[in-house]
Amino acid sequence: MTNVIIIGGGHNGLTCAAYLAKAGKQVTVLEAAEQVGGAAITREFSPGYRVSAGAHLLYMLDKNVRKELSLESAGLSFSQLDMKTVALAQDGNHLHISGETLQGAMITTSDQAAFQEYKRFMTRFAGVIGGMHNRIPPRVRTRNFSDLLTLAKTALNVRMLGKDDMREFLRIAGINIYDILQENFEHPLLKGALSLDGILGTNLGPRSNNSIFTALHRLSGLQGMSMPKGGMGAVSDALATAARKHGANIRTSAEVANIYMDGDQVAGVELQDGEKITADVVISSADPRTTFFNLLGARNLEAGFARRISNIRMRGNTAKLHLALDGLPEFSGLDKNQLGERLLIAPDIEYVERAFNHAKYGEHSVKPVAEITIPSLHDDSLAPAGKHVLSAVIQYAPYNLKQGQLKQGWSTEKAGFTELVIDLLEQYAPAIRQQIVHQEILTPVDIEREFRITGGHWHHGELAMDQFLMLRPVPGSAQYQSPVDGLFLCGAGSHPGGGVMGSAGRNAANAVLNTTKGRQAS
Amino acid sequence: MKKYDAIVIGAGHNGITNAAFLAKAGLDVLLVEKNEYIGGATVSRELYKDWKYSNCSYVCSLLRPEVYREMNLAKYGLQIVPYGGGVTISENGDHFGSYIDADVSRREMARLSPRDADASVRYERDIMRQCRFIRQFLLRTAPDPTSFKPRDMMEMFHMGKELLKLGEDVIYDMMRFYTMSISEFLDEYFEHPLIKGAMASSGIIGSAMGVMSPGTAYVLLHHAMGDVDGVVGAWGFARGGMGAIANAMSDCFEDHGGKTITGSGVEQILVKNGKVTGVALENGDEHHADVVVSNMTFPRTFLECMDEKDLEPEFIRKVKNFKIRGSSGKLNIALDGLPNFTALENNPELIRGDIHLIDSVERLERAYDDWKDGTWSKDPYIDMLIPSLTDPTMAPPGKHFMSVFVQYVPPKIHGKDWTDEQVDQFGQTVINQIESYAPGFKDLILHVEVRTPREIEDEVGLTQGNIFQGELTLDQLLFNRPIPGYAQYRGPAEGLYMCGSSNHPGGGVMAAPGANAAREILRDLRQPNTVPEGWHDD
Repeated sequence: MTNVIIIGGGHNGLTCAAYLAKAGKQVTVLEAAEQVGGAAITREFSPGYRVSAGAHLLYMLDKNVRKELSLESAGLSFSQLDMKTVALAQDGNHLHISGETLQGAMITTSDQAAFQEYKRFMTRFAGVIGGMHNRIPPRVRTRNFSDLLTLAKTALNVRMLGKDDMREFLRIAGINIYDILQENFEHPLLKGALSLDGILGTNLGPRSNNSIFTALHRLSGLQGMSMPKGGMGAVSDALATAARKHGANIRTSAEVANIYMDGDQVAGVELQDGEKITADVVISSADPRTTFFNLLGARNLEAGFARRISNIRMRGNTAKLHLALDGLPEFSGLDKNQLGERLLIAPDIEYVERAFNHAKYGEHSVKPVAEITIPSLHDDSLAPAGKHVLSAVIQYAPYNLKQGQLKQGWSTEKAGFTELVIDLLEQYAPAIRQQIVHQEILTPVDIEREFRITGGHWHHGELAMDQFLMLRPVPGSAQYQSPVDGLFLCGAGSHPGGGVMGSAGRNAANAVLNTTKGRQAS
Repeated sequence: MKKYDAIVIGAGHNGITNAAFLAKAGLDVLLVEKNEYIGGATVSRELYKDWKYSNCSYVCSLLRPEVYREMNLAKYGLQIVPYGGGVTISENGDHFGSYIDADVSRREMARLSPRDADASVRYERDIMRQCRFIRQFLLRTAPDPTSFKPRDMMEMFHMGKELLKLGEDVIYDMMRFYTMSISEFLDEYFEHPLIKGAMASSGIIGSAMGVMSPGTAYVLLHHAMGDVDGVVGAWGFARGGMGAIANAMSDCFEDHGGKTITGSGVEQILVKNGKVTGVALENGDEHHADVVVSNMTFPRTFLECMDEKDLEPEFIRKVKNFKIRGSSGKLNIALDGLPNFTALENNPELIRGDIHLIDSVERLERAYDDWKDGTWSKDPYIDMLIPSLTDPTMAPPGKHFMSVFVQYVPPKIHGKDWTDEQVDQFGQTVINQIESYAPGFKDLILHVEVRTPREIEDEVGLTQGNIFQGELTLDQLLFNRPIPGYAQYRGPAEGLYMCGSSNHPGGGVMAAPGANAAREILRDLRQPNTVPEGWHDD
């Protein structure tokens, strides 16, 4: 029986484990933390208050994973489905975005019509990107039939858009969301809100080319936004249950120190406490730099490959704010139900671009953008009765902070930044400060430490056109197989990148099963 | 009523090239130009007595050698002389020079960083590989990927074949190269901030992007893919200024029977029942032809020189969305003597090449932030050259002409037109910067011409002052240039063509768009082809 070790019990590692166990392999998952989930977890950050400590909205869960692993039966349920978006205005005249409908903020009929057309083509184009999620990225000079099929199928998907849409796709796929939004819309609040689709979780501003691509990636799940009941950890817990059901063994508090070799083949892993575990196949869901440099060791790699790994751009630029609140916050202009939606602070597109300018020079934004949720409204498991949790994604907060004249780092700047963010919230919810029982900000440095991701980038590597598909994480290791015999990758650092999806884990499992080693009789 | 075989609008270098190739094929061609002088932005002007200013474009590298040879420009007196190296001066008094001699250049780099000197070997090789690939597609019409026509499919197949020839690793490098920012691309080779600062600037010349913007690595390629006398990547001066290029091309055109009229701006391109019939000039005259070729920018052609009724509303909308935002300005200066750059005291020979004063990627990027805010860069990037040091015909003996290219300069100031006062202030910003590196510079100034996008558009018709007739980004390159569906030089009316830099392969003094358009016209007219195609190794 093939003996498989999976390093990291994040949602991709768990997905990979479930599929391989289902295929009859003997699978052991080794997770360093006390609970599984990686950056898709629910954590108690203040007594009685629980929050999705990393990702806080679900919109890309792989439909195949959900169905094939029967995640609902494994315990996954939702407290909110098809969430709306509210683009907050300081004067309380907010813009409500629901599916294809825009309401409020004196939106014009021409913007409404333009929005429907925008949604139409963005969704269509996102579908082209999404069509590649469940395929192993093809190599460009390939004789492999499956690779050729993928290339052909992708070209066909693009051609099937029809002449006009195909032309538009080829025109805009590589450019920036600022130009496209300016072409289509007038309303500043609408443009500000939509620009966030292209820049949340990235090192891009709205004017940066690549931001249409990241927006398409974000929309490529082709599903609405939802909140798992119990926080994002519920997804990981369901995956863990499914994996165990198929026979996988999941160990927590089991931190891997290194991957060891036997000659030129991977032979197993060694834990921090010295325990050695042998394996035929080792799959890492950790980010590529952790995997290849920290765990395997650069001496086991060819120099050109090592250089490419060290060049992967994975500098986090996103912070996470968690507030434990004494009661429901009051946002001017929003009723109780509307507080449960996805709230955005991005008054106009120039504001977002200016927030980004700081990050280019290693500084955090002075006027940040925010994506805010209050998940406890529809999920009473997250806070005591009558009390609430607020979770917000804040940008921009560069990993390598060099703030001000003295180029200070996060150790000195974190407190000030936290105050700045709360000041920002106060502009929309004036009494919120008094309601704060406990506050916590995770900077990329904290994210790196807590979730063990190099650079604190929770996509394990920026999602850019030059770090995508057959270039992700690097050529030579973009089909989940590393150049080292027996070592595979299955995390967000591989295709199709980050977001709570599970596709990488599933694809990696297929890649393993396609190799001779993987096919060894069980 | 006299009818020409073809009328070409705009005697910029692409227009003259286009007209010349058509004339060479035996067509009776009329070239109309709004200014009293020909050349458009490829021009030498005596704006101050006894001086010649290359007051728009100022150096040459991209002029396709195949066009140069086929038009026999040497016969008409054109001489292009490569200039020697360049220098970037650091604020702290240090400098980074580049020299024609490769070994000297390498030693200079090693002076700042031995590691970077080693990396430069890999860098040159990688850039050269990209150059070699792209050059073969400059004198070729772009294919239409949505078309099932044999010609388009053959061209797609040809491109794919050439691509695959490169080998897997190079293809991956290429995919990364076309989508990365120049700043990140340089980070993969170099460490020294002055070296990176020096090399990053060619990634943003003429573009509305910053050095940290994804997509700028391509702009660097656009500037590296030319050659002078077979030396790839070299830049040179045309003897007599850039106008010498336009003049030589014009002589070739007239030698083949072509006719040029100046002071004749076009009011409207005449269309009847979907076919062009000729042009109506601003002065009331009309000229007729079944083929009209516009060398004007894409927006100027269709939004200013055509009747709305002759165009589909959807087409007009797309023309309006064409990105052509100007980002540069220029100062052209007559000097009483050579400026004295403090940092170059011990290396005076470096003043013969291009001189840059911005010394880091970060400063370059901040200059871009000002442009985004709708104003000119308070700490601008400048590319300074003194052509008279190499070409004595530009200025009286002992005196000099200095060309100062400046970025970033927006088409409007906070959305409003430039005022004369603002133009002056902008000029002062630049002069002050130069003065701080070359004390006494101000005292040498005999005359200054300050150009912002306002002047550039007013004088030579470059919409919003964009020097490339349209931005060079993936959505406006190859089969997307100027817009998808109209990327093969044909306009939306029968007999209407486009030959300016708004078309593939884009701007710079290349003559490729003009040539490619001529090839398409001759093809449509079933005339023998006189235009070179593809790339022929020198």
